Amino acid sequence: MNESRPAPESPEDKILVVTNLCKSYREVVAVDCISFHVGRGEIVGLLGPNGAGKSTTINMILGVLEPDSGSIRIEGLDVATHRSRALARTNFAAVYAPLPGNLTVYQNLRIFGLIYGVGNLSERIAALLEQFDLERFRDVRCGALSSGEQTRVSLAKAMLNRPRLLLLDEPTASLDPAAARDMRDDIREFATQGERGVLWTSHNMYETEAVCDRVLFLSRGKILLEGRPRELLREHGKATLEELFIAVAREPLTLEGR
Amino acid sequence: MHWRRMSAIVLRYFYLLRGSPARIVPLFAWAGIDIVLWGFISRYLNSVASAGFNFVPALLGAVLLWDFLIRIMQGVTMAFFEDVWSRNFLNIFATPLSISEYLGGLVLSSISTSVVGLVVMLLLATTVFGLSFLGYGLALVQFLLTLFLFGIALGVFASAIVLRLGPAAEWFIWPIPALLSPFAGVFYPLSTLPKWMQLVSRVLPPAYVFEGVRRIVAGGAASGAALAWATVLAVVYLVLACWFFASVYRYAVRTGLIVRYSAESLS
Repeated sequence: MNESRPAPESPEDKILVVTNLCKSYREVVAVDCISFHVGRGEIVGLLGPNGAGKSTTINMILGVLEPDSGSIRIEGLDVATHRSRALARTNFAAVYAPLPGNLTVYQNLRIFGLIYGVGNLSERIAALLEQFDLERFRDVRCGALSSGEQTRVSLAKAMLNRPRLLLLDEPTASLDPAAARDMRDDIREFATQGERGVLWTSHNMYETEAVCDRVLFLSRGKILLEGRPRELLREHGKATLEELFIAVAREPLTLEGR
Repeated sequence: MHWRRMSAIVLRYFYLLRGSPARIVPLFAWAGIDIVLWGFISRYLNSVASAGFNFVPALLGAVLLWDFLIRIMQGVTMAFFEDVWSRNFLNIFATPLSISEYLGGLVLSSISTSVVGLVVMLLLATTVFGLSFLGYGLALVQFLLTLFLFGIALGVFASAIVLRLGPAAEWFIWPIPALLSPFAGVFYPLSTLPKWMQLVSRVLPPAYVFEGVRRIVAGGAASGAALAWATVLAVVYLVLACWFFASVYRYAVRTGLIVRYSAESLS
C-alpha cells in the first residue's frame, strides 16, 4: 500500500478545492453538495458504485457541466469565472472520451498541444510517444488502435500540458495488467513531481489502494467516507478497500449519519 | 482570442482533408457541376432569346455567387460536424478553448475550404463560358462580403441547431440554402414574388445582392445604399448567430448535453 503524504493544510497546498458542489437533473440529485480538495503531490481516489456521481463531479470540474451551486477552484482560479485559465492548468483522460479516430496519434497530440498552448510541442510529443510506448503508432489513426492503445493515447494527451490537476476517469479500464501497472507508475511519478495533483476514479480497489494517498467514497451524490486507505480500513474493520467498497455500496444509509 | 488555439481547429480540418479524398472532392465538385450546367443553360438561352441580353452574367454570375454563399455556410457546418461525427465535444470543450476561439476556428476553416470552390468556379465560368466579373465593378467586393458574412451567420446558426437538438438534427441543416433561395431571388427579380414573399426577402441580405447583379447586367448600377443595408443586415445576423450559438452552448453545459453527446452513439 502507498505511504501517504500528510494532508495539505494551507490553501496554497491545494490544487483543487471543491466547495458545496450540487447538481440535480430534475428530481434526481446527482451530486449532493459535496466539498473536497486535492493537494499538491497528492493522488485522491474518487470511489463509488455506478451512478454515484463520480463522472458528474469530474465533468463539473472540467467545465463541461454547470453546477447548480457551489464552487470549483483550480489553483485558486474559479472555473465559473476564469474558465480558460483554470482549464489551461488541467487535463483529463476518460474511458468515455476517446480522441477522434479519424486522426492519427501524432495529429491528435499536435492539435491538443496547440489548444493547450504547449511550448516546444514537437519535442513534447516525441517524449510522450516514447513514454507511453506509442512511437510505432505515431502515424496510425486512433480508430485503428486497440482500446488499450487508445487509452495510452488519451493518457499522453492528458499529460501534454504537464497539468497541475490531472483528472482520470477509470484510466486503466481497458489496459492489460502489465500496461496498467506501468501506467500507475507513470501517474505516481507524475504526482510526486511536487506541484501536481491527481483526481482518480476507478472500480479497481487494489489499484486504488496501490496508488491513492486519500480516497473519497461517493454514494448517491454524497461523500460518505474520506480518508487515507489504511486508516479507513482500520476504522471500519475491513481487510481490503474492496470489502469496504462493497459495504458502502450495499449499505450507504448506515454511513450517512457519520 | 488566442490565434494558436484557433489554428488548432483549422489544422484539425486540414489533417482530415489531407487524408480523405471523400472530403476534398465535394469542396469543388458540386460547385463545378453547377457552373457547367448553368453555363450551358445560359448559352442556350442566349441562342434562343432576343439579341442584346446576355444571360451569362445574369444567370451564371448569380449561380456562382449563390454557390459561394452555400460553400461558406457548409464550410462552417462541415468543420463543426467533424466534432459531432467523432464525438469530440467533451475533448474539445474541456480545454482552455473559448467559444469565440472555437467559432473563429470554424470560420477560418470555412474560408480556406470555400476559396477552393470559389477558384474552381471562377476558372470554369471565366475560361469556359466567358463570364467576366469586371462588369460588376467594385460592387462585386460588396456582393462577396455580404454573402460571406451571411454564409458564416447561417453556418454558425445551423451548428447551434445541431448542438441543441443533437447529431440527428444535421438533416435539418442541408436544406437551409434551398429553403432560402426562392426568397433571395437568385434567378428572378423580387417583383416576381407575391407580396408576403417580398416582405421576407427584404430581411435577407442575398436578395439585395441579386437585385444588384440584375441592375448591373441591365446596364444600370447597383444601389450603394441597398448594398450597404444588406451588409449591415448580414453583420446583424452574424452577431445574432454567434449569440445564439453561445446561448445554446451555455444551455448544453447547464443541462449536460455536451457530456451526453460524447457518450451517446450516433445510432
